[in-house]
Amino acid sequence: MAITTTKSAFWKGFRDSAPFIFMASPFGFLFGVLAAEAGLIVPEAFAFSLAVFAGAAQFTALQLMQENAPLIIILISALAVNLRMAMYSASLTPYLGDAPMWQRAIAAYFMVDQSYALSIVQFENEPRMPVAHRMAYFFGTNGIVAPAWVIATALGALVGTRIPDSWGVDFVLPLAFLAMIGPMLRTPAHIAACFVAVATSLPASMLPYNLGLIVAGIAGMMAGAQAELWLERQRAKTEAAK
Amino acid sequence: MSSIPTPILWTVILGLALGSYALRFAFIGFMGGKPIAPWLMRHLRYTAVAIIPALVAPLVVWPAPTEGSPSLIHFAAAAATFAVGYLTRNVLYGLSAGGVSLLLLYLAA
Repeated sequence: MAITTTKSAFWKGFRDSAPFIFMASPFGFLFGVLAAEAGLIVPEAFAFSLAVFAGAAQFTALQLMQENAPLIIILISALAVNLRMAMYSASLTPYLGDAPMWQRAIAAYFMVDQSYALSIVQFENEPRMPVAHRMAYFFGTNGIVAPAWVIATALGALVGTRIPDSWGVDFVLPLAFLAMIGPMLRTPAHIAACFVAVATSLPASMLPYNLGLIVAGIAGMMAGAQAELWLERQRAKTEAAK
Repeated sequence: MSSIPTPILWTVILGLALGSYALRFAFIGFMGGKPIAPWLMRHLRYTAVAIIPALVAPLVVWPAPTEGSPSLIHFAAAAATFAVGYLTRNVLYGLSAGGVSLLLLYLAA
């Protein structure tokens, strides 16, 4: 469907993002509950989601704070989880780089998995879309999901303060991470990165100051990059042989 | 559960807010149309899929609720969560499967 005005571009983004509410809300809610269980009060959990606005990194920081990890390790690990945002930013730059600076500055805050995934597909499918329409579409994809995430966190924190400790929700956070991993394993290279990270993390957990996490993360990252290169070479070889 | 000291919490919130924003702004704000080096792109692609499993693996092998001794119940729930998440490609189905299996195994034990 062709987009004719800036307004209709915004609403198309808004509509396309609607299914993601069912993902963002329960996850935001769960973050709120677990934050409350970790001793955060409602305004703290709310500020956390509003300021950081990145689910997986927030869960990572919450887990490491509970383990009393050193501050620097908490920051490095959670930011490493967010490094993919830099990749999103780089990959959208050819499409949005010509928009005014104030728009790009606001767009940067809203750079998340779902707004990136929807926008890149839209921009690739309709390469002749003007920059203003692209920007409107991008903001549209956040129109409902962003408020849903932040409000769900606050609600979760409200409920979480009422859950007694005896319910044993302290294994729910690991389960939340595990549920996130499956959908991330899109290619053999992703699987290689995951496998090497896991295999390294177990012996590396002996290292002090939670350094094992950084070591295993770097090992996994390198494994993923190398596996990708290797797969590309294999593909080139089979095509050359044809 | 030990509560988190307030100064630590707010340092983490502010540090992550500034750091995440810097990462998101880096290319779209400063780089203009310049492309990012392919080797860097290649590593950035695998950060989340490396860090999150590295964080979770020790938590599954040495679970906190049992004070670190390996537990079949927790391992089974973890395996179910991962398997359903992987097969359905849906985070919420995975999480529900894990929650339900944990509950069932607790009741059975």
